[in-house]
Amino acid sequence: MQAHRQPVARAAWIVSWCLVALLAAAVFSFAFGQLHYGWNWQAIWHYREKFLHGWLVTVALSAAALLASLAIGLLSALARRSAFLPLRYAAVLYVETVRGTPLLVQILILFYVVANAFGVENRYVVGVLALSLFAGAYLSEMIRSGIESVRDSQLESARAIGLTRVQTYRHVVFPQVVRQLVPPLTGQFASIIKDSSLLSIIAVSEFTLNAQEVNAFTYSTLESYLPLAAGYLLLTLPISLLSRVLERRFHFAT
Amino acid sequence: MRLEFREISKQFGQHQALRDVSVTVADFQSLAIIGPSGGGKTTLLRIVAGLETPEAGYLSIDGQRVDFSEESLLLHRRRIGTVFQAYNLFPHLTARENVLLPLVVVHGLSRIEANEIVDTLFERFQLSRHAERRPAELSGGQQQRVAIVRAIAIKPRFLIFDEPTSALDPEMTAEVLDFIAELRGEGRDLIIVTHNMGFAREVSDHCLFIAGGQVLEEGRSSSLFSRPRNPLLANFLAKVLRY
Repeated sequence: MQAHRQPVARAAWIVSWCLVALLAAAVFSFAFGQLHYGWNWQAIWHYREKFLHGWLVTVALSAAALLASLAIGLLSALARRSAFLPLRYAAVLYVETVRGTPLLVQILILFYVVANAFGVENRYVVGVLALSLFAGAYLSEMIRSGIESVRDSQLESARAIGLTRVQTYRHVVFPQVVRQLVPPLTGQFASIIKDSSLLSIIAVSEFTLNAQEVNAFTYSTLESYLPLAAGYLLLTLPISLLSRVLERRFHFAT
Repeated sequence: MRLEFREISKQFGQHQALRDVSVTVADFQSLAIIGPSGGGKTTLLRIVAGLETPEAGYLSIDGQRVDFSEESLLLHRRRIGTVFQAYNLFPHLTARENVLLPLVVVHGLSRIEANEIVDTLFERFQLSRHAERRPAELSGGQQQRVAIVRAIAIKPRFLIFDEPTSALDPEMTAEVLDFIAELRGEGRDLIIVTHNMGFAREVSDHCLFIAGGQVLEEGRSSSLFSRPRNPLLANFLAKVLRY
């Protein structure tokens, strides 16, 4: 769709963006102006290192969860295509359960019930696991549809030139899946970053929890949460831009 | 070459594609398989290509019996050049990479050796300026020509064409048929399933007529087309050659 759209003239691009920015600024300055709020940024500045620490933990958790979710998603996608039925149904159960329930509930059950039962006490490990199981279910479906988008005629060609099953996956299926997967994968990474904020409920000391704590110490709610929003945007905006660039680069017609 | 089918049967669900096919085609260089759609010609061709396994019967090629176990069929397929109706090429690879893939991955050539083969063949068949393009940037005729080059690059025992032009418009059809005729002129062995009777007649020295899952007539193309013995074949030729 992107590829078929008319390119926008530079002037139109600048003017339109300015208009949007102006409108957003007008709405929010009006809203904040009505607030009669006593701003106290000083109190927050005192805790800047706490924000930074939380932000870095969020980055680390998200990166770990992205890698783990990729592995889980790939295994689950392959399991879902397996000829061995129990394996296939296990993957279906996993994907549908995870996609059908709130992440909040999954985190609570995983931490207070499952991890507890198995004696896992490290909440960071459980946190990464919860995030990657959650994202893995979505990735599983993306990978599966990527694999299935490789036409039968191509598998037939691969067979005719004498590729083995493994060679076919390695040289024909996966390269195409990866190309298709890169744009949604970056989007998924942005989701993981935002979703990681829910780990605050099991006291993982990530960005959101630190902001909540600062709020509790200073009673400066907006001053605590506005930097929080900015901190997440700082991560998700570049990723979103990157995703668009990659989408263009990997675009090829089939 | 020589093909010998003995009591070959193949079924797809309820559909009996081939029933007890027994025929020997001896000493041919270019075999055309013709007949009505759904008659079994593609199935027979796919069995020769090692892409389909018959439920019963055996096939021997040049006196060698084909072993229908999967491991042995893999080796069998690697020595044959097969070209399908369409979508032969992998869309994520350029024309060059498409031809390189079997040479490097399946036949273990170095990239340098393989690239030399590709360069030579592309030059000979006027494909050099398309070498770095992806299939979506090539016309249907160019795609088929690249697919044929991929098939001959591995120095196959023989070539198999399954309706190689039925997805092309007339101009591109001519371009691809000329290419196949040229390969025949070089003395390559080939087997072709085609709806194009004029071409079948011109390019083949032997011909099989298949309908209803059975071989109804076999013979030299020179006589089979001009003096069909089987009434169904006579009828078929009268129909397809009318326009």
